[in-house]
Amino acid sequence: MTALDVAGTVRHIRHQLAVRRRLVTLALLALLALTFAAALYLGDYYVPPGEVVRSLLSPFTGLVDKGIDFIVLNVRLPRATLAVLTGMSLALSGIIFQTLLRNPLASPDIIGISHGASASAVFCIIALGLSGIAVSLGALLGAILTALLIYALSWRDGVTAYRVVLIGIGMAAIMSAVMSYLFTRARLFEVQQALGWLVGSLNASGSDDIAVMAGALALLLPATALLARALDAMQLGDDTATALGARVEAVRLGLMVVGVANAAFATAAVGPVTFVAFVAGPIARNLLAGSGRGFAQAAIVGALVMLGSDLVAQHALPKVQLPVGVVTGVFGAGFLLWLLVVSNRAGKVN
Amino acid sequence: MANAPASAATSREAALAFGLLCLVAAVLLVAFLSITVGARPMTLETVWSALAAFNPGSTEHRIVWDLRLPRTAIGLAVGAALGLSGAVLQGATRNPLADPSILGIHSGAAVLVVLGVAVFGITQLSLYVWLGFIGAGVAMLVVYAVASLGREGATPIKLALAGAAVTAAMQSVTSAILLTSPRTLDEIRFWQVGSLAGRDMAIFVQVAPFLAIGAVLALATGRMLDGLSMGEDVARALGQDVGRSRAIAGLAAVILAGAATAAAGPIAFVGLTVPHMARAMTGPNYRWILPYSMLLAAILLVGADIIGRIIAPPGEVQVGIVTAFLGAPVFIALVRRRKLATL
Amino acid sequence: MTVDHQLLAAGMDLGYGDRKVVEDLNLTIPAGKLTVIVGANACGKSTVLRGLARLLAPTRGAVYLDGKPIHQMPTREVATILGVLPQSPIAPDAIVVADLVGRGRYPHQGWFRRWTAEDDAAVAEALRATDTLDIADRPVDELSGGQRQRVWIAMALAQQTDLLLLDEPTTFLDINHQVEVLDLLTDLVRHKGRTVVVVLHDLNLACRYADHIVAMKAGRLVAEGRPAKVMTEAVVADVFGMASRVVIDPVSDTPMIVPIGRHHVGAGVMT
Repeated sequence: MTALDVAGTVRHIRHQLAVRRRLVTLALLALLALTFAAALYLGDYYVPPGEVVRSLLSPFTGLVDKGIDFIVLNVRLPRATLAVLTGMSLALSGIIFQTLLRNPLASPDIIGISHGASASAVFCIIALGLSGIAVSLGALLGAILTALLIYALSWRDGVTAYRVVLIGIGMAAIMSAVMSYLFTRARLFEVQQALGWLVGSLNASGSDDIAVMAGALALLLPATALLARALDAMQLGDDTATALGARVEAVRLGLMVVGVANAAFATAAVGPVTFVAFVAGPIARNLLAGSGRGFAQAAIVGALVMLGSDLVAQHALPKVQLPVGVVTGVFGAGFLLWLLVVSNRAGKVN
Repeated sequence: MANAPASAATSREAALAFGLLCLVAAVLLVAFLSITVGARPMTLETVWSALAAFNPGSTEHRIVWDLRLPRTAIGLAVGAALGLSGAVLQGATRNPLADPSILGIHSGAAVLVVLGVAVFGITQLSLYVWLGFIGAGVAMLVVYAVASLGREGATPIKLALAGAAVTAAMQSVTSAILLTSPRTLDEIRFWQVGSLAGRDMAIFVQVAPFLAIGAVLALATGRMLDGLSMGEDVARALGQDVGRSRAIAGLAAVILAGAATAAAGPIAFVGLTVPHMARAMTGPNYRWILPYSMLLAAILLVGADIIGRIIAPPGEVQVGIVTAFLGAPVFIALVRRRKLATL
Repeated sequence: MTVDHQLLAAGMDLGYGDRKVVEDLNLTIPAGKLTVIVGANACGKSTVLRGLARLLAPTRGAVYLDGKPIHQMPTREVATILGVLPQSPIAPDAIVVADLVGRGRYPHQGWFRRWTAEDDAAVAEALRATDTLDIADRPVDELSGGQRQRVWIAMALAQQTDLLLLDEPTTFLDINHQVEVLDLLTDLVRHKGRTVVVVLHDLNLACRYADHIVAMKAGRLVAEGRPAKVMTEAVVADVFGMASRVVIDPVSDTPMIVPIGRHHVGAGVMT
């Protein structure tokens, strides 16, 4: 084979991988669009698709129907939008940590960052008697402080994946203990309020939440994209990455900051919705089968999981509105068990 | 000259045996402290007379018999069970961070207790115990079964994954039930934290048989665990039935941890950190690690309970909180040590 | 066009924590030659390679690349001049061979410079040289140890650096592939003028292929130079603690070390 033929083969392989990548992304986007549409017309009051479109266009066309517009524009649209934004955010956080720490278990829900946000929120609700946006701010602060603490405690001539995961798990247990303690010290209605926050819910989706999330993502998405490139080298191990010219410690720190920020903002907005961060990365990677890093795809999967779970939470049981966190918890656990069974049969450990 | 290593080994064994005796003495000491110390301080003579010559009329004697003695007994038993359970799990899974909560035992107990309270209106602690025990057992069996599918059996990573999955699912269900039933929430939030308060002798009598069976089974696994610690291939080459060893160890661990959680609620960190302390004293031999873990954990748990009773008068801090705050720094220090084996 | 680069270590100490592994090393890597580092296990040869490749910072002394201290140079710039294949690289799940080899192009790409024909050509060349073209579209996890090793070497080759350092690249390889890899490295040196440094386990292959051999013991440099001059029975005894006979390899005319153990020693052999 001539040199040109060989280069052609290489180009062909890369092309095939790119095709698969694009197909997967398009399919996921289509699914997301469908789910988003469903979120707008499903509900106690069924709004036909035609009406949904009219309602969405009403600020421009002036064709208004106050009742329907309220439901679509003031209730369902914000809720669905927030679901998509927080789903993306959580998914990115998950895949960043899972890739950095080379461990599928290393999701912010497991390595203590969500627990830090939760403990802080519970503290705000029970000890400080706060509610609403003040609690969200508390949660944000809690996530950041916990992440700093985990990083500081893992640092010993640099940070290893192993230490971060373990200290994170320990931190999760400590935060759980703090919350349990606060629960025994509070009055029942305060505990109920805290539990309501803890279980994760899109009920209070206001334009403030959306504005904050959108603003945060506007910064975090480009930052993630820039840093993700370095992961191509860092995935190969610290030594090989350095050999390829990647600035390993700096990139790792940057990615952790972005990962924590993503988790912190999402958790502050809707509470610690379990498993979205955990499953998005593995699902995306599974679909891509080696044809890409998976970040963009994971973000879409995260949005899908959040939105889909919220739909199920609202409509699955008659007369009962479950919080979205309950549905993601059960779904995520099922997914994980399936993954375990499937990889067990193949003899391959994740 | 060939005798030198042999005598070194025997003197080591003698030292370890002596250490064990010291631990037993420490257990008695801490038990005694537990009976003496409390919101209502008592003198040694009062306690002694309460034990030796019980007078139903005396309030103080009644406190000793109805409150402190059961509390101490349960504390020792639960502590011992947790320590043993953690040591067995760490040995069987070769995972230095194995702990009953990783395998879903705590969340399994919780979900069944919550169901019992919410659906059947159960309020008696003695009935919680049965629910908690069954829940813990079922959860761990599910986790173990799922993780064992496939060629490699239950490796540490697969166990942790399966445990995380089952825990998350059960926690979702638990949260959902708690949200809908404030009454249940009010009951559970105190059980959930892990406490020795309000437990009487009836509870102790209920769990004691399980703890005894579990302890006997666990202590008997010492040699098996030593075999497993060298890796499956080596163990098999030496003629050990690896599957059976793991099954027996798992059974012992779940009986112990399940009963302990059922009696006192979920208590974290004890099963995790105590075996490491024991190992630091005894070396890698499980025939010693197991009894040391058992006694050390008993001492630590009752000690934590004593601290909880005196640290915030007139109230008390539940033992589960104290162990978390004491155990967490130890755990973190453990992880930071260079020599910790990898998962 | 290959440029000659100067890589040397001056008074270098290397260690992990308070453990000193390499002591007072003064080593100049001859440009345009194949240098092989040999020594017993744990003598520090891998550590030396890591120090030279700036993967490990020296506790004393320094490494100089073209006269500049390598640790002060931007790491990406170094990566365009010096390529390293460390001992335990990690392959991400499900990655395809062509993709992994393509990662070697990382230092030549920036945020905005995407894949060019030059990159494709470099990857193609690397695949051809390591005989991995027929497995280019397979996932790396499905390959045998030997195939995987060749893929990693291809990645290092795709980096197209004038200096190439490899840490035990011939482990897991069948003897035919070991020879192939070493022949390939020799091609790079003789035909492309590159400078190659390899850590090898096999003393005889080292003696055959090295233009310059470096023998280490307990963190110190014991001997260096042409194999024919350096590899004497005395040096072998010092470095490996083993008695031997040094004969001439009938194929390559280079020293061949024949070990003397407790059994299978001919009647006329003196120990």
